[in-house]
Amino acid sequence: MEDVLEIGGRQITNRLFLGTGKFASNRLIPEAVRAAGVQVVTVALRRVDMEFEQENIAAYIPEDCIMMPNTSGARNAQEAVRIARLARAAGCGNWVKIEVISDNRYLLPDNYETIKATEILAGEGFVVLPYMSPDLMVAKKLVEAGAAAVMPLGAPIGSNRGLKTRELVRILIEEIPLPIIVDAGLGRPSEAAEAMEMGAAAVLVNTAIATAGDPVAMARAFSLAVAAGRLAYLAGPGESVEYARASSPLTGFLRD
Amino acid sequence: MNIYLNGKATDIPDGLTISGLVAQRKLNPETIIVEHNYNLVKKEHWDGIVLKENDRVEILRFVEGG
Repeated sequence: MEDVLEIGGRQITNRLFLGTGKFASNRLIPEAVRAAGVQVVTVALRRVDMEFEQENIAAYIPEDCIMMPNTSGARNAQEAVRIARLARAAGCGNWVKIEVISDNRYLLPDNYETIKATEILAGEGFVVLPYMSPDLMVAKKLVEAGAAAVMPLGAPIGSNRGLKTRELVRILIEEIPLPIIVDAGLGRPSEAAEAMEMGAAAVLVNTAIATAGDPVAMARAFSLAVAAGRLAYLAGPGESVEYARASSPLTGFLRD
Repeated sequence: MNIYLNGKATDIPDGLTISGLVAQRKLNPETIIVEHNYNLVKKEHWDGIVLKENDRVEILRFVEGG
């Protein structure tokens, strides 16, 4: 039976979500999407710069992908709601990644404003995926608010530092009845695999892929790691113990 | 006449519509989103809106992001 992640009525078989920021050229985005088989891609909404000609990012995202706008730039719930409504009205579907940030050094999300925005937008029929600092009580409130998934950070955005929030994410996976998607901070495929082995439903990766020496190859590497981690989770890892336990029989030795 | 275009005080000719503004700025209508006094305006209505003194116009587009 196929292993499917269902969010907002959509069936997702590739559990690597890709952010589109920081690629050296937009042309690498569709190549990375294809190399990795990615189905969910994030974008942002910004003011047009009147001085410079800019490219239309949507032109680089294959049509069969789910384009998920984020609310980056929002400093409170009200701004996030405004961005989400504009994105939907612009024909970007009804998925939204809530991102409310007012801390400029670590770019940590404002959980309180995120809950407020989630409640409003879920009430308006959005499929809401909130980016959050892993906290069990906040995650429970996001469930009540109508989130479609919960996206705890692994480490600060763009830091490539890995799954620093491991223990808190583990608790969310155990206690929250929604898909837990580790978003931000994962720097290596092994770290994505670790999150998936723990039972994360998916991971969202951007910087680690976009800033790799070969972003297209790295997208594929992450995709393989995510699939391997997922398979390992489903297979059920064996127990870990302190002392050695022989793997070969302890009888019939060639001595005495 | 003055309007606020993407937050900046901007001088435009009297009688300019949203369509006119988009054309004047050489923007591709297919790739942008226009908000007029905090209301999203669909493309089919751009022709019918004549900008007035101190109107606030936001012109947005999707860009790369994580």
